[in-house]
Amino acid sequence: MLALTHARPGHMLRLACLLLAGVVLAGCGINTIPTLQEQAKAAWSQVLNQYQRRADLIPNLVETVKGYAAQESKVLIEVVEARAKATQVQIPPDILTNPDAFQKFQDAQNNLTGALGRLLLIVENYPDLKSNQNFLALQSQLEGTENRISVARQDYITAVRDYNTEIRTIPGRWWRALLYPDAEPMQNFTAAEGTEKPPEVKF
Amino acid sequence: MAIVRRFGGMLIATALALLMSPAAAEPVFPELTGRVVDDANLLTYPEKVAVTADLKALEDKSSDQLVVVTLPSLQGYAIEDFGYRLGRRWGIGTEKLDNGVLLIVAPNERKVRIEVGTGLEGTLTDALSRIIIENSILPRFREGDFGGGIKNGVRDIVLVLTGDAAEVEARARARIDADDPMIGWLFIILWVAIFFWIAYSMWRSARYAAPAGRSGTAGPILLPGPTWDGGGGGGWSGGGGGGGGFSGGGGSFGGGGASGGW
Repeated sequence: MLALTHARPGHMLRLACLLLAGVVLAGCGINTIPTLQEQAKAAWSQVLNQYQRRADLIPNLVETVKGYAAQESKVLIEVVEARAKATQVQIPPDILTNPDAFQKFQDAQNNLTGALGRLLLIVENYPDLKSNQNFLALQSQLEGTENRISVARQDYITAVRDYNTEIRTIPGRWWRALLYPDAEPMQNFTAAEGTEKPPEVKF
Repeated sequence: MAIVRRFGGMLIATALALLMSPAAAEPVFPELTGRVVDDANLLTYPEKVAVTADLKALEDKSSDQLVVVTLPSLQGYAIEDFGYRLGRRWGIGTEKLDNGVLLIVAPNERKVRIEVGTGLEGTLTDALSRIIIENSILPRFREGDFGGGIKNGVRDIVLVLTGDAAEVEARARARIDADDPMIGWLFIILWVAIFFWIAYSMWRSARYAAPAGRSGTAGPILLPGPTWDGGGGGGWSGGGGGGGGFSGGGGSFGGGGASGGW
């Protein structure tokens, strides 16, 4: 009986101490690394999402262009192949911390960006195609997607920069050594030729 | 010595990080002074007042925030790049719905853009934005009629956001169904029946209990009344930002919309 009545205030004290420690540690940034990590991952999934959206638009675009400009088969095949490659790239779970896989993904997508840019350039030579309503809608969707990709990439770049800075600079560096030894720096996009800008389309 | 050197390295790294974070080159954003931010002076005063009224009416009706902004310079940014940053900075649209739209005009770069908040990308699609720009805005801009182009653009965006005729009709029908008079009549009949039943039982108990005196009076029977305003105006009165100052609600942008040039 005596032990029980003694134990209660002790428990309360311990609980209060734990709570206090939690608040103080959170103030010191103990949660910063996981928070930034999650933000970077969310930004990455948005990037994937937008690339996927682009890949989904392409078959329709290719079909429409084919109807008007079948003789441009070289460029069309290029686009189809680049799309196939980009969608076939294996995305391992550790892609964000695996430079090779990340580079492979980035190269495949850049390749597709380039092929699409060339396709939209040759379209200039086909006034009938350019004035086709279906094509116009597809084209504006594709432009919009390219734009969303660049926004998503920009957000990812910012998120990863914050995260990498956190695990490399002082309080974060200590927290990482102490509690998050598996928090590795994430890969970031490098500005490749012609990827920062969506393909230029003129009317 | 070694410790000092190591510590110094860390300090430098920290200082670099501190320097780098604000260096994420952001353009200088104009101030959100109202629903029409005419920094490039393209609109006359009456035009500005008229457009502002339209924009306010849209928000009162649908809670969608549409802001017109004219910029003297894009500061070297692509209009797409500038647009989504500006939308995020101002937080146009509500935080929950991300239902903001910007109509951006940069007369010196000869560019126009409809920047669509992430919540409205399904309604005001890229294709529709492009159609509005090509058909309603650019023809006027090419004649130098900026006021007319902006007015046309706002009119069309509002039309799209408030739904075409068919959708408006369908919505109106849905609302009528919601406060169907049949349900009201059922309630009335039910309550009348209950009233009569209570009255009858009271009368009965009074009749049989009367000789024994007033001992068995039934207490007051309290029942909740029917809620008449139940099916009424749902959902149409969103927004409701204060009368005078205008501010964004924290909406976000992800690059939706379309651009054009003239």
